[in-house]
Amino acid sequence: MRPVPWFCKGKAVRDPPRGRQDGFMEYFLQLFFGGLSRGSVYALIALGYTMVYGIIELINFAHGEIYMIGAFMGLIVAGVLTAMGWPTLSILVIALIIAVLYSAAYGYTVEKIAYKPLRGAPRLSPLISAIGMSILLQNYIMLAQTPDFLPFPRLIPDLEFMEPYANFLATSDLFIIVTSIAVMVALTLFIKFTRMGKAMRATAQNRKMAMLVGVNVDQVISATFIIGSALAAVGGVLIASHIGQINFVIGFLAGIKAFTAAVLGGIGSIPGAVLGGLVLGWTESFAAGYVSSDYEDVFAFLLLVLILIFRPAGLLGKQRAQKV
Amino acid sequence: MAASSILNNLKKSAIASLWLAFLTLPIMVIRVDTVEKTVTWRWMHLAYMLAGSFVLALFWHFMMDRRDRGAAARAAGTSQAASALGRVLENPKLVKPLLAMGFLVAAVFPYVFSMYQTNILISALIYVVLGLGLNITVGLAGLLDLGYVAFYAVGAYAYALLNMHFQLGFWTVLPLAAIMGAFFGLLLGFPVLRLRGDYLAIVTLGFGQIVRLVLENWSSFSQGPSGISNIARPGLFGINYSVEQATTYIYYIMLALVILTIFITARLKDSRIGRSWLALREDEIACQAMGIDNTKAKLMAFALGATLASVMGAVFAAKTTFVNPASFTFMESAMILAIVVLGGMGSVLGVILGAFLLILLPEYMRAFSEYRMLIFGATMILVMVFRPQGLIRAKRKVYKINTEAA
Repeated sequence: MRPVPWFCKGKAVRDPPRGRQDGFMEYFLQLFFGGLSRGSVYALIALGYTMVYGIIELINFAHGEIYMIGAFMGLIVAGVLTAMGWPTLSILVIALIIAVLYSAAYGYTVEKIAYKPLRGAPRLSPLISAIGMSILLQNYIMLAQTPDFLPFPRLIPDLEFMEPYANFLATSDLFIIVTSIAVMVALTLFIKFTRMGKAMRATAQNRKMAMLVGVNVDQVISATFIIGSALAAVGGVLIASHIGQINFVIGFLAGIKAFTAAVLGGIGSIPGAVLGGLVLGWTESFAAGYVSSDYEDVFAFLLLVLILIFRPAGLLGKQRAQKV
Repeated sequence: MAASSILNNLKKSAIASLWLAFLTLPIMVIRVDTVEKTVTWRWMHLAYMLAGSFVLALFWHFMMDRRDRGAAARAAGTSQAASALGRVLENPKLVKPLLAMGFLVAAVFPYVFSMYQTNILISALIYVVLGLGLNITVGLAGLLDLGYVAFYAVGAYAYALLNMHFQLGFWTVLPLAAIMGAFFGLLLGFPVLRLRGDYLAIVTLGFGQIVRLVLENWSSFSQGPSGISNIARPGLFGINYSVEQATTYIYYIMLALVILTIFITARLKDSRIGRSWLALREDEIACQAMGIDNTKAKLMAFALGATLASVMGAVFAAKTTFVNPASFTFMESAMILAIVVLGGMGSVLGVILGAFLLILLPEYMRAFSEYRMLIFGATMILVMVFRPQGLIRAKRKVYKINTEAA
């Protein structure tokens, strides 16, 4: 049995026919690539956490919900276009674009409503407001759409040249991996070479100094939320199409796990988020495949608790002395 | 000037409502069925959204103006922070009759109202104690615990399991549940001693999830998602009550526990440990520099909060005679947190008021019950932005030093 996807335990509707009898190596590769594609989605979401944390030191609890909204936008666009009879591949592209735009707009608005008025407030205040925003968005989707699982159309077609490898690497897995890599490379280039990227790095290093040298910090923060949300939406649409169904709570678990990935790699560090996502994806995949899939989520949470206790700075983070 | 600012607000609200309507358009209006390949358009929702968000935006800008004026007044040193509610509650002439009246109503409640009402009030009282317990960790000590419901689960399952396997009665388990709660509180407390605010929040969240997932998956121990049913109601020296009598009985147990908890937390607040919690909340390093034992203060806060939650868990199991892991999700933790935040972090009276508001209002406004969590979420944001001190500001005890007498 292929490990059951992480947010619909016992409800996987699109399990390719694969068996454990395929042999050890095949099973291993299957877990490896499953973990890789899952990990790259974690990394996509984790990037949003890590960028926001790097700049305003806030755990954006609503980030998982932005990812969920991205998946829902994908579903709605795909549903409308399918009803109109468009071809699958163009649906995928349009759904991705609209989901990204809308999620970015949601991220921007969430920041303006729930976090911006609380700048300079005690640390707990924006955190509680973020939890409130997460609950609000979840229930908004539940009330406006449905509390049940919705089937998600299969937007990624099985490619022919992938046929010989289909036993351990589905086309959608490959697609997720490739897209994630492309998006991450684009992000790295953006942060390295553009003016806004430079401003972001400056703000992350020292917000006051950045302000003094003329960086528009409000704009930088907005841009961070927009980019993070867009990345989450890409992850949302891809994984929803891969798994085949969504509902309004998928953001919660995905959010915590992506946060785990961000912390694992060292929060605030962009390569760290990617590394953390991959490590978490593999950990889950192998633990579910070789130990027990019942406790898959427990492994993720245990990893989170252990890393925070023993190495709070993460794998790539630097241990910093606390300023007084 | 006032007119122009109102006009300005109207303009801003109109823009905001247009933006929100645009944002929510696909999700509110379109409903797709990908199996049947049909699309339902619900344009009416757009109109609701436009009107609703306009009113909300107006309210938001009005409150923002008020907040800015408040900040300006505070900067000028002319503020008087006490709200109307606070003034009433601080007036000693009013407090005693109010308290007496409240107590009287509480004492005769099950004999005047139906069993259904009593049951609702019992759950409200349970949340009062849960809120007060979380208030110790979050409100006083400033340790944001997002896995608080795990301790509630510990108590509930402790009673359920001990009752199932060993036929232990409610009164035997109650102290055991308290001890187990304290133990689990320490279990969580020790590893997180070094963590700061937001990391602490995440670890406690993870802890809460782990407890729930273990209860869900370890079927031979906890009977998995189907839960444990037929838990005995509390008896008294071998007397077994009927359902109605038991409800009344549990009501009085809860009333006693609430009064006890209020007494304990109110006394603790002004005690040495209570003051060290406040110091810890305000500044951990300064607190340590003042010679306060951080470790002890943190562990005490965790253990005490957990003990109260665990005791409430046992009462909850006895009241519903059924427990399953679905009662102990993150949303439950968030709800208790909302009670503390709305009531006023650190304020005992505020938390009691918050619990009654957030539990009783949705019960009596059934029409809105599905909007309950939506409103909770919005409340948490609005309270944080506009009234971070909550309904009732926690009062700090002021010591006046009389220099002339010396």
